[in-house]
Amino acid sequence: MILTIAKREFRSMFLSPLAWVILAVIQIILAWSFLTTVDYFFSIQSDLSTLSNAPGVTDLVATPLLEVTSIILLMIMPLLTMRLISEEKRNKTISLLLSAPVSISEIVIGKYLGLLFFIGTILLLIIAMPLSLSIGTELDFIKLLSGALGLFLMLAAFSAAGLYMSSLTDNPIIAAMSTFGLLLFLWLLNNNTGDGGTNILNYLSLHTHFAPLLRGILNTSDIAYFLLFIVGFIVLTVRQLETQRLQS
Amino acid sequence: MSSLISVNNLTRHYGDFIAVNDISFKLAAGDILGFLGPNGAGKSSTMQMLSGNLAPTLGEIFINGIDLLENPKAAKASLGYLPENPPLYKEMTVDEYLQFCARLHLITKSQLNKVCDSAIERCGLGEVRQRLIRNLSKGYQQRVGIAQAILHSPPVIILDEPTVGLDPIQILEIRQLMKTLGESHGIILCTHILPEVQAVCNRVQIINNGKLVYSSDMDALLNTPNTKFEITLSSVIKRDELSGHTAFKAIEMIDDYHFIAESDFDADKLSAYIVEQKWGLTRFTTHEVSLEKIFIELTAGEAGTSAAEEAA
Repeated sequence: MILTIAKREFRSMFLSPLAWVILAVIQIILAWSFLTTVDYFFSIQSDLSTLSNAPGVTDLVATPLLEVTSIILLMIMPLLTMRLISEEKRNKTISLLLSAPVSISEIVIGKYLGLLFFIGTILLLIIAMPLSLSIGTELDFIKLLSGALGLFLMLAAFSAAGLYMSSLTDNPIIAAMSTFGLLLFLWLLNNNTGDGGTNILNYLSLHTHFAPLLRGILNTSDIAYFLLFIVGFIVLTVRQLETQRLQS
Repeated sequence: MSSLISVNNLTRHYGDFIAVNDISFKLAAGDILGFLGPNGAGKSSTMQMLSGNLAPTLGEIFINGIDLLENPKAAKASLGYLPENPPLYKEMTVDEYLQFCARLHLITKSQLNKVCDSAIERCGLGEVRQRLIRNLSKGYQQRVGIAQAILHSPPVIILDEPTVGLDPIQILEIRQLMKTLGESHGIILCTHILPEVQAVCNRVQIINNGKLVYSSDMDALLNTPNTKFEITLSSVIKRDELSGHTAFKAIEMIDDYHFIAESDFDADKLSAYIVEQKWGLTRFTTHEVSLEKIFIELTAGEAGTSAAEEAA
């Protein structure tokens, strides 16, 4: 049942031009960024060879690429999540799901999974670029995998937050704007420099937990943070829809 | 016989406003229940509660014997619902959409095509099944909505204004479809088109200001013995003169030649009586109890009394 809803969600994304445009834009920008980093790598290659413990191509090309991806997708994810529930409410199609033998949690999880499929597609396209380097050189696959996992968890967290924002309103634009605000805020939290009190803020920031994964450090606490973040927002979404059934 | 829908003391508040106030009714298999009411009377709220889209403030709903509030998934499996706005994913084709709905309603893979084909045939969607729902006319979209509601042949079908936007021929087809479905299913038809109710339903309920003000079998409604007659004469008749005749219990003059009389006589006897008086009878018809009259009487009357209460 969850899969039925997820599949429909995934397919309907490709039925609108939005998904294709987003995929194309992301790919073009990242390909450009990828090319410039590769170029940069070539220009400093001779200097690197003199160093005894020089960073490899994974550190200098793949990791920066994933970092840029996370920032670009921070801006684009709200566009993908904004329609999830708000559009169903606006077009009243939600009553089809509500009167079918499906629980609200199944609806929410189904929609979320559908979006995860799409994120997976984006990620595959992006990872393909550094992977193409393995034709000519040796990559640190473990580090790349850890970075990809980090990026996936991060995007999954973005989606969960966006899903919740989308359940609060029946206007997709408002959903997109508030998702963007929330994500940017969570991202920037760790920019507090200084002492003491900022530790908690640092801990709450998405970026704090993303950075180690990019460097190939797999911390249970970082993964737990992302999972809690995701589960938390999904539960909030379910609660929100339950409440709307009682009130509206 | 167990009832398909059983609603007990259903109440719904929106803040201080009471949209639905203590409604109870039952629906048996083979019933087509017309649910009538003026705009804002609480029709759609009631339908939304029956379909699980809205949680009631108070009361119980049983669908096919299963408590909708305790066990919503099992209860909704016996339900097909067409809301006021058909819930269509307009970017899908008719085929894709119906297959999705079938899967939502737990139709197994082997049955999927069969079920969709039969719904498409019954709603006359054969020609448009490959087209995007977005590009269909309102009438076709409405029919896709109906197809979605009857797809999994649920025991209970709730249709909220199903014939909106259809042309007269389609309306007749859909009415025929409802009658056929009504033989084996229980249908609630929510509408304010009164002739439709008269044509299709075998029971009727009227809701006004959130309260159930009328509930009757259609047969009983239409076959109440007539005691009122509309009479036109060619000569001027004074009211006093008519009142003198014991044949008339009550007289209501419309103009000098034309009046409505209440009588204990049946049509045959009364007409013979009038002819005997040589008044020059030109027209004699029974004054029918129509749904429309009942509807207007009940809903207008109710509004009148509540206004009076407010004034007091």
